[in-house]
Amino acid sequence: MSTIADRRIEDAGLEAGIARLTPEKIKKTIEAVLAGECGARLKTYIETCVRCGMCAKACHYYMSHKDPSYAPVGKVKQTMWEIINKKGDVTPEFIHQCAQVAYTECNLCRRCMHYCPLGIDTAYIMSVVRRICHKLGVTPQYIQDTAHSHSATMNQMWVKDDEWIDTLFWQEDEARDEMPNLRIPLDKEGADFMYSVIAPEPKFRTQLIYQAAYIFNAAGLNWTMPSFPGWDNSNMAMFTGDSEIMARIERQHFEAAQRLRVKRIVMGECGHAFRAVYDMGNRWLGWKWHPVPVVHSIEFFWELLTSGKIKIAQKYPGPVTVHDPCNTIRGRGLMDKLREVVNMICDGIVEMHPNREHNYCCCAGGGVINCGPPFKNVRIVGNKIKAEQLKATGVKTCVAPCHNCHGGLDDIIHKFDVGMELKFLGDIIYQCMEKPEAE
Amino acid sequence: MQAASTWDWTPGKKTILEDATACSSEYEWMQESVASPDGESLAAIVKLGDEEFTMCVNGEPWENVFEKAWNPKYSPDGRLTAIVMTDMAWTVAIEAEAWEETYDFVWNTSFSENGEIVAASIQSEGRYGWNVDGTPWDELFENANNFVLSKDGSATAAAVQVKSLAQADIAGFQSGIFSVAVGGVAWDSIFMNCWTPAFDATASKVATAIRTSLYDYSVAVDGKAWPASFACVWEPAFNPATGEVVAPVRHQGAWGMAQDGKILWKPAFFQCWRPAFSDDGKILAAIVAPEYGKFTVAVNGRPWEAMFPVVTDLVMSPDGATIAAQSSEDNVNFRIMVNGKVWNGTYDMAFGPVVGPGGNVACRVEKAGKQAILLNGKAYPESFDQAFDPIFSPDGGKVLIRGVAGGKYQRIVAEAGAFKG
Repeated sequence: MSTIADRRIEDAGLEAGIARLTPEKIKKTIEAVLAGECGARLKTYIETCVRCGMCAKACHYYMSHKDPSYAPVGKVKQTMWEIINKKGDVTPEFIHQCAQVAYTECNLCRRCMHYCPLGIDTAYIMSVVRRICHKLGVTPQYIQDTAHSHSATMNQMWVKDDEWIDTLFWQEDEARDEMPNLRIPLDKEGADFMYSVIAPEPKFRTQLIYQAAYIFNAAGLNWTMPSFPGWDNSNMAMFTGDSEIMARIERQHFEAAQRLRVKRIVMGECGHAFRAVYDMGNRWLGWKWHPVPVVHSIEFFWELLTSGKIKIAQKYPGPVTVHDPCNTIRGRGLMDKLREVVNMICDGIVEMHPNREHNYCCCAGGGVINCGPPFKNVRIVGNKIKAEQLKATGVKTCVAPCHNCHGGLDDIIHKFDVGMELKFLGDIIYQCMEKPEAE
Repeated sequence: MQAASTWDWTPGKKTILEDATACSSEYEWMQESVASPDGESLAAIVKLGDEEFTMCVNGEPWENVFEKAWNPKYSPDGRLTAIVMTDMAWTVAIEAEAWEETYDFVWNTSFSENGEIVAASIQSEGRYGWNVDGTPWDELFENANNFVLSKDGSATAAAVQVKSLAQADIAGFQSGIFSVAVGGVAWDSIFMNCWTPAFDATASKVATAIRTSLYDYSVAVDGKAWPASFACVWEPAFNPATGEVVAPVRHQGAWGMAQDGKILWKPAFFQCWRPAFSDDGKILAAIVAPEYGKFTVAVNGRPWEAMFPVVTDLVMSPDGATIAAQSSEDNVNFRIMVNGKVWNGTYDMAFGPVVGPGGNVACRVEKAGKQAILLNGKAYPESFDQAFDPIFSPDGGKVLIRGVAGGKYQRIVAEAGAFKG
């Protein structure tokens, strides 16, 4: 069995972070986080773990390496147990190890929680480790840069105020070549829903905005997008452990919807953003539930298809397989709706095994892919089990309704020669729907 | 909205447009309508042809046509504005006349309280700032956001990026690259983040929320940070009478209010935001959550008894005697609260209470797809497919109602006695 020390990776953020640390600062910070922010929940998890190891086979990193140091309990042993046992008297190098484990070897996917006989949420424990690392200034460079972008622009890709609006105009223009009367209605007060996306859409994946606009216009929906900050529903600060910026982002997102007096928020095909909105950010802000209903695209497309607002002209040739993103499936229970949608738009499903709430993670989520190039290989090799799972389906198409999942799956598909294409639900619906004739 | 005594305040209903969608020019589509403050005009962007957009006002299009137009707004003094593009260059058109200066992008049209000053955010060759009445800031910045115009329109400010940042340069960011520019001149002091700058009552001082490290939040006034820092802060506000600055602050996991860096309201809330003062500075109200998931309004630190899952749209009369807000549960069951008392009705949506002279409160609400206007909890008998926010007469005795019903755009002056529902 190896340890995290055997696979130390250099990262500018982590190295600079630990260079600033002193034992006193570490101890004081750890004590402040544990005493001030962690109550019965952490204590219960720590004290009830019986070290049975049943969580090991739940983790894709363990299943790919078969090394106990990658098992969820192994990650806790190398981080939080040491922190507690030593009462915070740990070294800067140990904090580096904690950061490497918590940020880059755990996707916070919560699969292991389903395999723990006591229901221990290891992802929560890893989140606390991340919080400590954040408070100590020891975070991987690239995800920290993303958190900085969130704080400065309220989106994760440094998109400036005007660039967002200009991009929507551009996509509107492009789409009007196909549907001349198409609109992306900005700031439409009282619309049925505000459509929010993650910043990579205006930055790199503009076709998703185009497709969504086409689908919504074809369905004759009363919708809007804000022209002002609050349009980005993503939240990498949630994953760096910067709860304060996480909350600022969520406040902006919900207040955009409240300002527009919309009835609900429909979110694009992103998983972690959904977690930030329905679970983490809203609660930190003091709302028990979200102040404006949030609907993930999986549910929304299900509504459009079952109500007949969108009709499929010809199903996507298949069969296809379905990837269950952790934040919408384990987090929100949308596994049945996802399959119903896919069956309505595709020519059959070949299930991965295991699937639904037991599906393996994409290994990109939880901010891991956002930690950037230094950790890319670990992330890809650490999800060999997922590549095998994909290959075993024997199909050529995988439907994955989540941006991070696309990033992670795309990497393993190439690395392990899986020979599979990836699709968002929106890709397929746009391609296969009955399209109104252009006048 | 400041109503003028010169407007027609004769009680009664006037149909301004028999067909709210009519336009004397043939159009491909008409966008969402905006109503003039005096209710005499209804305007909307119309697409006349390929890359031909303009405003249609009471059925008549502007003579000028643009390649693009968006963000139509009436100024408080009744001038119709839109952001328009011609030959790939953007500017603001006011009553069909475009500013001579054009930019690579324009957004965020803003007005002084009396409407005489029109300003907008601009981007020119990748540099950002304000344009006020057609004149841009002398210096533009690599980035600018959190734009704010003073109430009287005499001053502008924004959070501005004053240092360039290499890709993924996290040390550079944490050393500070943001400041606040007032009238285009940046403060000498630089912070990691600057948010929600606010002017004082005389438009001569600016306070802004800042972050000085990843963990230290505070408030800077005219560039000088409070000596104290907190775990988090929200938007600061000036006391209009004393010039003191307050801001919601988080300390040891709870929210309170700080004034000039010292605790004013003990941090005991699960949330505290949107501070608002009376003109004499003696009353300070804010939205707070005394219990987890239960929000209300606190006045001088004392929360109202009525609590709801969500409270928004806090407004106060200038004398502080009337404070109103709206509540909701999962974005339905909207209610209006005034001075701690909850009006009887619940609605599918409320659009924010409006406080008028004499302490009357009006609000536009929606139920089952129809919009109505409430005054002090009672509804005007007519409902609309689409209404606009109510406006009080200068003496507060009448309410101007503007709305579209059955395809007609109507302007109604209603006396208090007409609200019976």
